[in-house]
Amino acid sequence: MSKFAKKKDGELPAVSTASLPDIVFMLLFFFMTVTVMKDSSLKVRNTLPVASEIKKLEKKDRVITIYVGAPDAQYEKMFGTEPKIQLNDKFSSPTDVGDYILMERAKKSQELQNVLTTSLKVDKDANMGIISDIKLELRKVNALKVNYTTGSGDAFNNLK
Amino acid sequence: MARRLEAPEVNAGSMADIAFLLLIFFLVTTSIETDVGLDRMLPRKELIKVPPVIAERNILPVLINGEDQLMVDGDRVELNELKGLTIAFLDNGGASRESDNYCAYCQGNRDMKSSDNPDRAIVSLMSSRQTTYGVYIAVQNELMLAYNSLRDRESQRRYKTDFTFLEAAYSSSETPNILKSEIKEKMRSIQKLYPIKLSEAARQ
Repeated sequence: MSKFAKKKDGELPAVSTASLPDIVFMLLFFFMTVTVMKDSSLKVRNTLPVASEIKKLEKKDRVITIYVGAPDAQYEKMFGTEPKIQLNDKFSSPTDVGDYILMERAKKSQELQNVLTTSLKVDKDANMGIISDIKLELRKVNALKVNYTTGSGDAFNNLK
Repeated sequence: MARRLEAPEVNAGSMADIAFLLLIFFLVTTSIETDVGLDRMLPRKELIKVPPVIAERNILPVLINGEDQLMVDGDRVELNELKGLTIAFLDNGGASRESDNYCAYCQGNRDMKSSDNPDRAIVSLMSSRQTTYGVYIAVQNELMLAYNSLRDRESQRRYKTDFTFLEAAYSSSETPNILKSEIKEKMRSIQKLYPIKLSEAARQ
């Protein structure tokens, strides 16, 4: 009769899964907001160095990315272990950089063409020779705004 | 008959599966990108017929060799000394009180053998082709740190805020436009006091 009659022993109430969709949706939205679509698969090793005096890169549509690093293990046989430049999806030589920049620039809308930034994503073990070659090519096509993309952290960690 | 009035409940049990499917799709096709870094402007490609004459005292040569060793102004130094040396050089203000180049806001040693004033002081960064990129970035970072700390000091003195804070406020989308022009004005004045004059060259 009483309202607080005990349930029968041994019968555990089932855990409600009604809120599971909500939790998963929350995760989904988190990933949707913090990530961006991959536009090219990385073929080079790309451990970025770290720095502390960093600035945030502008909107993604104003950025042209150049990857530099030693080829991945699966490409090592074909391309060796020296750092290589990756433009879009293929390995390239420094002389291709100028054409690539011009091509990418032509794809952007008119008003963005003057405010483009070139983001250099370079492996921290690469050498400066290849970077100076790239910089020379960038200067030739007047792409002067450069961002050395890094992680954030203490720059002294790069020395190790 | 009354039973028909209450609508049957939609089974939401499969909702979680659908959401998981979407979640996994986004996990696979996207990546978290690093979108921060050191901003630099490359010099224009122009043929300079006559190189400008710059007194040697106004140049701070920073060399990184192929073994990632650092040399500043002729002495072999460690990376953690670089910031202090750069600040001492930039903030020296060696020009005499009577000359036009006198630097009123400098707090350096006023050494006649070092730079005249921050506007004339040039840091010349030279790297070898064998230099490791990580070390190069670390050096660039230390140089930026030197400039930023001087700018911060001057900004503190004049406007009671850090320069880096002004920069962040300027690029933030939450700052109203009216404030932005004021911030820009302040940033300009600080940048004028300590302009970043960094020359880069690669040596074979």
